[in-house]
Amino acid sequence: MTDIQWLIGGEAGYGIMTIGVMMSKIFTRLGLSVFDYVEYPSLIRGGHNAYYVRGASEQIFSQKKSVDILVALNRETIDKHKQELSDGAAIIYDDQLIKVDPAEFALGTVLIPVPFAGIIKQINVDRLMINTVAVGASLGLIHDDFNVLEKIMQDVFSKKGEEVVIENINAAKSGFEYVQKNSFGKFKRIIEKNILQTQKNILIGGGESVALGAIQSGVNFSAIYPMTPVNGVMMTLIAQSLKYGIVAKEPEDEIAGINMAIGASFAGARSMVATSGGGFSLMVESVGLAAQTETPLVIVEGMRPGPATGMPTWTGQGDLRFVLHAGQDDFPRVVIAPGDMLEAFNMSMNAFNIADICQLPVILVVDKYLMEGHATVPFDKISSLAKNFVIKRGKIISDEDVALSTDYKRYSLVDDGISPRSIPGQKGGIALSGSDEHDERGLYNEEAEVRIKMMNKRFKKLESLELGFSPVDSYGLADASLTIVGFGSTKMPTLEAMNWLAKENISVNFLKINCLAPFPVDAVISAIGKSGKTLIIEGNKTGQLEGLIREYTGLTMSHNFRKYDGRPFYPEEIIARIKEVL
Amino acid sequence: MTELKDLEITYDKPNWCPGCGDFGVWVSLKNAIVSLQLNPWEVVLVSGIGCSSKLPYWVKTYGFNGLHGRPMPIAEGIRLANSGLTVIVIGGDGDQYGEGANHLLHAARRNINLTLIVHNNQIYGLTTGQFSPTTDIGEKNKATPVPTVEAPVNPMSYSLAAGATFVARGFAGDNKQETQLVMEGIKHKGFSIIDTMQPCVTFNHKNTFSWFYERVYKVEDNGHDTSDKAQAYLIAEEWPLKRALMDGEKEKIATGILYKEERPTWEDGTPQISSMPLVKQSFGNRDITPLLEELL
Ligand SMILES: Cc1ncc(C[n+]2csc(CCOP(=O)(O)OP(=O)(O)O)c2C)c(N)n1
Ligand code: SF4
Repeated sequence: MTDIQWLIGGEAGYGIMTIGVMMSKIFTRLGLSVFDYVEYPSLIRGGHNAYYVRGASEQIFSQKKSVDILVALNRETIDKHKQELSDGAAIIYDDQLIKVDPAEFALGTVLIPVPFAGIIKQINVDRLMINTVAVGASLGLIHDDFNVLEKIMQDVFSKKGEEVVIENINAAKSGFEYVQKNSFGKFKRIIEKNILQTQKNILIGGGESVALGAIQSGVNFSAIYPMTPVNGVMMTLIAQSLKYGIVAKEPEDEIAGINMAIGASFAGARSMVATSGGGFSLMVESVGLAAQTETPLVIVEGMRPGPATGMPTWTGQGDLRFVLHAGQDDFPRVVIAPGDMLEAFNMSMNAFNIADICQLPVILVVDKYLMEGHATVPFDKISSLAKNFVIKRGKIISDEDVALSTDYKRYSLVDDGISPRSIPGQKGGIALSGSDEHDERGLYNEEAEVRIKMMNKRFKKLESLELGFSPVDSYGLADASLTIVGFGSTKMPTLEAMNWLAKENISVNFLKINCLAPFPVDAVISAIGKSGKTLIIEGNKTGQLEGLIREYTGLTMSHNFRKYDGRPFYPEEIIARIKEVL
Repeated sequence: MTELKDLEITYDKPNWCPGCGDFGVWVSLKNAIVSLQLNPWEVVLVSGIGCSSKLPYWVKTYGFNGLHGRPMPIAEGIRLANSGLTVIVIGGDGDQYGEGANHLLHAARRNINLTLIVHNNQIYGLTTGQFSPTTDIGEKNKATPVPTVEAPVNPMSYSLAAGATFVARGFAGDNKQETQLVMEGIKHKGFSIIDTMQPCVTFNHKNTFSWFYERVYKVEDNGHDTSDKAQAYLIAEEWPLKRALMDGEKEKIATGILYKEERPTWEDGTPQISSMPLVKQSFGNRDITPLLEELL
């Protein structure tokens, strides 16, 4: 099995993000299963960026700790990452700029000097293209055909014109040829072409997955104020807005954003917002407004470490309790948490149906690790999810029906609590939606009896909730000696860890909770009620999910593994913890 | 044919204090809708929270009563989703110049095609009389035990500076003029603000109807040219004063249209809705295959 993790490190501002994705694309086109993860500080210039790209000939689910090829654009990269190098790892670096001593590294480490700056000078291109030379050099180390990268460059840069394409190809090719000539074969892990020819994979980012799900689901309005880690969602929607007829606006702040989205939804659009914890804090009062006026709304909340500005470009799962409880008093909401790219796409699509059918806010809670990472997904799988998805808009009254009604009531007390909704512009459907407690007409009303009826009506809607996917998913054998429990992006390193453990004949299973509100009590009890040992994994300090499970099921977990350092979980760490526990 | 009775609701009536200036704005707004022969089901009144913001409950059009300070972005969302609707925002001075002032700034510069009517009573009515962003300098009340030194917001200058393309002041004691201003505001293609002096008879014992009658004048009576922005600024700066009054000094309060210009609207700059309102366009039926193929 081929399993290579490549890492490029350097100062922020040197296009490391772009080049990281390009490496992922190379691996993808070579037929590998790919996962990438980037670490960077909240700076535009300076500071250390590190982009990890892992490619393997078997399906992988996450990054790993050990680095097989290190591309060092500066000395700092070597200092920071030399501990991560695997046996026989290669280091690509410019020996004219960086001094290294082979004695610094474990025996067997391969040094691959490439004169990046010299090549740049020789072919007379901008210094910023060093990373393009580096990606070419990287390919030159593991594969003997430049074609794959040439094709990628054409696809990626063709919009910028022929000149840009040629310049990039030249730079990459120079790096490629230099390594082919001087070092090919030194690094032992060569990738033959199309090892995994069996399936066509796309390489997709988490933010793109959410946005594409929304587009497939018919979203036609968004008002998103930029914030890491949901900028990918915002930028994808904006990029596609003209083609797909999406009004995608940048509001003055998140309060405006969510209110615009509520207004658009009230007027009949399918609308969404996306933000992180800080922006969501501003939105809170309006989440209740959507619930109280029974206006459908999808909110994407991308978690990152807080409080306040916290660590803007890092990851965590510390907003779970926040999204579950945000807003004054009780109101129904649906909170769902995808664990990988395909789930992000699928849950995003379904979130809009749920919001429309139940006329309430749906929160898709994600995190930086999922939003800014990329992974391969089988083309057929995502495409068939898209094709089989049916848009459901719930009880919007038809123009004909509403025209006939003589006394339309927007908040009529119907059995399932879901009142038929009129849309402004419909004759006969005139109504007011208000944030005050109201009667069936929508008129403010503070009578105790009306209050109770309306409160119950709103909650009643959850009884007809159909998620469109399972509220929990179980992985692994039912009779395993340990059950891992988690939500959201921890799915990826957990599945990876399980894969590795299977090779050691250690069997554990995994319960992933997809729906956090309403909490799937029965499903959770039946999945873990009888488990001997349980290990709950979550990215926060206080065990927010652990407490939630205890609250709803009375079950206590026997062990936990919590991280709140801004870094994702690594399969190695999960395995170590499992072994401790077993 | 829209008549006044079509705008009346039968199951409730306004509960403002008798004599409140809100009644005048309510009557004028209904008159304007009738005079312009708008279909009630194609009008949406969007309000925040406050005495004034209750108004949409008592007009039989579509309505959305949102949060304190936030009706503007709700209204913007409605307009972008359905640019075929007439959208009117109703708010108090607290709602629009305090909690929602930032939204007002941005709506004005975007020139979204809607009309804002501010019931400016220079006080927080619903929360029983605390001072507001437009309370006169030097005033003292139960929330300000010492005379306030906070200079009042000048809604006219603020809107002009923000780029509003229709800036007017009305008075709840002159329904005829107010009706006319609301009609002009609705007809204006772009963002219109009608800051309406609306005496709160219960909590504001200074800025009463008679106080205003002694001070208001109509800019058109002076032959004001509404396309003259520099002049509009000068008039706007006449009142409210950024200083305490001198002995015997009386304010001059301009009413009428101070400024008007044509400029592309936010909707004009949104090609997705140039041929048809968003919600009238065919929904769903999307094929994302090309987007997926780009990711291969
Ligand atoms: C976020 C928020 N803060 C405070 C309030 C309480 N509150 C309700 S109305 C109001 C002020 C009302 O003043 P104004 O907007 O001028 O309207 P008026 O009642 O004078 O017509 C306040 C502070 C609220 N409802 N929401
Ligand atoms: S408190 Fe003032 S603003 Fe409110 S209804 Fe009474 S008079 Fe009108």
